[in-house]
Amino acid sequence: MTRAFLALLRRDLLLAIRRRGELLFPVIFLLVVVSLFPLGIGPGPALLARIAPGVIWIAALLATVISLDSLFRTDFEDGSIEQFVLSGHPVSLLVMAKVLAHWLLAGLPIVALSPLLAIWLNLPASSVSVLVASLALGTPILSLLGAIGVGLTVSLRRGGQLLSLLVFPLYVPVLIIATGGIMAAADGLPYGPFLGLLLAGLITSVTLAPFAAAAALKISLS
Amino acid sequence: MISVDQLVYERFFAPVFQPVSFRLGAGELLRITGANGSGKTTLIRVLAGLLEPTAGRVGITADRIAYVGHQLALKDDLSVEENLKFFSNFMGTGTTSAATAIDALGLRRVAGQLARTLSAGQRKRCALARLLLSPARLWLLDEPYSNLDTEGCSRVDELLASHLARGGACVMATHGNHRPQVPVEDELALKAGTGS
Repeated sequence: MTRAFLALLRRDLLLAIRRRGELLFPVIFLLVVVSLFPLGIGPGPALLARIAPGVIWIAALLATVISLDSLFRTDFEDGSIEQFVLSGHPVSLLVMAKVLAHWLLAGLPIVALSPLLAIWLNLPASSVSVLVASLALGTPILSLLGAIGVGLTVSLRRGGQLLSLLVFPLYVPVLIIATGGIMAAADGLPYGPFLGLLLAGLITSVTLAPFAAAAALKISLS
Repeated sequence: MISVDQLVYERFFAPVFQPVSFRLGAGELLRITGANGSGKTTLIRVLAGLLEPTAGRVGITADRIAYVGHQLALKDDLSVEENLKFFSNFMGTGTTSAATAIDALGLRRVAGQLARTLSAGQRKRCALARLLLSPARLWLLDEPYSNLDTEGCSRVDELLASHLARGGACVMATHGNHRPQVPVEDELALKAGTGS
């Protein structure tokens, strides 16, 4: 079972490296969205610092959503999902492997780039570490919740459009908690409870979302 | 290994094929024939468990199923060898190496080529090579001879003969001219339901 998990993870990473354009797209999208805000609302340092948590998190959320559609689509269209279901391995475990690959390729670069984005938007130094921690805890939740939406819409011709409508409401609590924690840190208030809530959300998502996504995939197959 | 009793599958409340019943044991091959639209692919997918039957019963004693359908589950950006090595690692229990499977299907010359560069027949051979990497005793094959040349068809026949000799079983849907050159235990002429 572990061997199947690792084989699938390795294959997805290798495929992503071979399709470099797709690999870079979410990161470029993130950088473009964040860089548009100072151009649109002016470069005032105080205003940018105030909106930075929301801007960075919304950009991260959008970058995740645009990369989600490919999570299962090619596997669904070429028949790989059928082979996964018939392999005898738990589909939820295979979903977990694919979500981990997605996070490594789409979520981790966002986390790694976030200090740069924080400096760009003049975020106080005291809250940069909280921003990084919130993204490290929050972006896997986005991938896991997104997997459920992708599982439900993968068989639809224009599933990508429906996907965003399905997953954005699920992302709202994550967005509120994460930005709340970063703003609390900027104001010198305790931010621990916010990160605790994100950790609880991550544990809950890791526990439940793979099963929900696996069930959604099986529904889509029929 | 597989028993099917009065199996019905409905799409939009109309049966896709007329009720189907059969039994198949170890070392036996069932050939399902029928015109286009008679429900062969749907029946194979129901047998595989990818579709829920509307009525009737499918009993399978084999612990695993190997399925090759119209969608070949090949990754265009991986080579033939990489595709098969992935599947071998993924299944984890295969006794045949990817190299042996490549040779068995006559893919040695294109083993290093990306799947996107292969012809339709070569892609089919690559998908069929996966059968050798699976520990499954029951094979469900949907049009296994399509796109294959005479030599490719012979290689599939050899695969089948060897699988049946080892005590495996196979249900195959086909409407092509090629008849399997192995003893066929039974033939099932599928008739379309009222919904087809």
